[in-house]
Amino acid sequence: MNPLELADAAPGPAFAVTLDGRELAALPGQTVGAALWAAGVTSWRTTRGESRPRGIFCGIGVCFDCLVTVNDRPNQRACLVPLRPGDAIRTQEGTGHEL
Amino acid sequence: MSSDDGRPRLAVVGAGPAGLAAALAAAGQGVRVMVIDSAEAPGGQFYRQPAAGLGARRPQALHHQWRTWRRLREGLDRHIAAGLVTHRPDHHVWCVEQRPEGPLSSLGSRRFTVHALRGPAQEDPVEVRADAVLLATGGYEKVLPFPGWTLPGVVTAGGAQAMLKGGLVVSGRTAVVAGTGPLLLPVATGLAAAGVTVAALVESADPKALVRRAGALAGRADKLAEGAGYAVELLRRRVRTLVRHTVVEAHGTDRLEAVTVAELDAGGRVRPGSERRIRCDTLAVGHGMLPHTDLAEALGCRVEPDGTRVWVDDEQRTDVPGAWAAGEITGIGGAALSLAEGHIAGRSAGARLQGREPVPDEWAAAAKSRGELREFLGVLDTVYVPPAHWVDQVTDDTVVCRCEEVTAGAVRVAVAELGAGDVRTVKLLTRAGMGWCQGRMCGPAVAGIAGCAEAVSRRPFARPVPLGVLARAGETAGKPGKPRENEDADDIP
Ligand SMILES: Cc1cc2nc3c(=O)[nH]c(=O)nc-3n(C[C@H](O)[C@H](O)[C@H](O)COP(=O)(O)OP(=O)(O)OC[C@H]3O[C@@H](n4cnc5c(N)ncnc54)[C@H](O)[C@@H]3O)c2cc1C
Ligand code: FES
Repeated sequence: MNPLELADAAPGPAFAVTLDGRELAALPGQTVGAALWAAGVTSWRTTRGESRPRGIFCGIGVCFDCLVTVNDRPNQRACLVPLRPGDAIRTQEGTGHEL
Repeated sequence: MSSDDGRPRLAVVGAGPAGLAAALAAAGQGVRVMVIDSAEAPGGQFYRQPAAGLGARRPQALHHQWRTWRRLREGLDRHIAAGLVTHRPDHHVWCVEQRPEGPLSSLGSRRFTVHALRGPAQEDPVEVRADAVLLATGGYEKVLPFPGWTLPGVVTAGGAQAMLKGGLVVSGRTAVVAGTGPLLLPVATGLAAAGVTVAALVESADPKALVRRAGALAGRADKLAEGAGYAVELLRRRVRTLVRHTVVEAHGTDRLEAVTVAELDAGGRVRPGSERRIRCDTLAVGHGMLPHTDLAEALGCRVEPDGTRVWVDDEQRTDVPGAWAAGEITGIGGAALSLAEGHIAGRSAGARLQGREPVPDEWAAAAKSRGELREFLGVLDTVYVPPAHWVDQVTDDTVVCRCEEVTAGAVRVAVAELGAGDVRTVKLLTRAGMGWCQGRMCGPAVAGIAGCAEAVSRRPFARPVPLGVLARAGETAGKPGKPRENEDADDIP
């Protein structure tokens, strides 16, 4: 049993997004964080000081650990932002501004 | 939006159990209500629903108390259809203020402006005006640090649950659920039902202590049965439960690979030699909940000095005239208590907005439930406490403030060598708590490691606000006598 089966989900057709240029499938309604988890990705940012990897921590928009760049906008919370077809997700280093 | 048919208006912030119960109770008396919530759909944490696009035909498989949800949802839909309630999803409220100018409300108090940012990017400003406000913003999870807790794969217990309920996803195949508190039970059973192997449920408290306090709990046999129900589910799913155990370290380089758990002695210290390693790719961990009190504080409501609850009277009124509060912001207590408090708050606000003195007999059942649940939770609070000596496990190189990457060692130096004697000074010296999350994640940890009392942290805004929005909000609200019509003003219809 996986979560989709458990909830008897019949999602709309999957669509393509990219993570650092690599294509991934996302389901309608999924946030960036949910789609990345579904693709087996658990970190997409490195910290400013120690360059340590981070991903989802609180899952509800409070901790800001999950910051990510979406369509060139840095510092979006992956646990909140829903994906649309064609969205370009970029892993983020440090403040996300020094690309 | 035009507004004036003279009926009084209530803005409810938060669409969880408390906010929804309040909105229904107030609308049931003919008061027009706007429910403003940051999520995409109503439900709050407990009744978080899968995103609509996922087409879940059996969302109840992820939930408990589904019938109560159906009642709330149907009531909401009915009032929305009747034009009495509007629901504004995806609205992140950053400030609620009492307007210094303009006519008084039907309560005889100053009217309110609710400032929100719309959309997931939270940049598009909206203002809502209301005669009264009801704050039902719930809470978030507290996690105390331990070596390795910043590794990807370590998530809050509630966060694992939120991702599962909302996105129908899990972060791995094998999980350990750990920490303390009643929330760990639904998280462990939820993950197991979703196909994750739950290698262990690690609870630092000893729930047997509850049995010794059974007298105080007898009034809420339903809650005890709920706990027993989870216990049966854990057994059925073969989840091993380790009580009086704690996670001492999370291992891995770029993601979690294993945790070390150890037994606690009666004094709450790790028993040397009891350590064992459990392989896992997910650790869902939590040590209780903290309330979202920022909006209430900025509005000037009285908050207990330790920041654990907004003060309310028997009708759920705060000490600011025209402002009510309900649910976990008035003390952590779970969904059933939030529902009872929300109902009472909505009844009281509904009556008072119509110039009637409320009749508490009308909410006698909810008041009884509230009293019993608060007593019950008072007992739970004495049982589910983090290990007394958790600080001993936090090595100097453990990051405490996740945002600013401040280590426990830096906090200790600030106290021992630089003479910091309170949390504020520690913060100024180390930058702990000055990052994106504004100390929400590290507050209790920094206080514990520094050996100082926890203090209410004054955050001017509940959300990061773009500077342009701030400048414009200042023009409308900050200067009495110079009111300016805001084109984004979004009055309750
Ligand atoms: C992540 C998480 C998961 C949880 N999962 C469970 C569970 O599975 N089972 C369980 O028994 N308990 C769970 N809980 C405990 C939960 O807090 C209570 O069960 C219950 O939901 C509390 O109800 P409430 O109405 O007081 O607050 P909530 O349900 O938290 O509702 C508050 C609402 O206010 C909104 N809000 C907060 N601040 C703002 C703002 N500034 N602007 C706009 N909207 C805002 C939130 O988005 C939310 O929708 C969880 C808690 C958390 C933090
Ligand atoms: S995971 Fe905490 S803000 Fe996204």
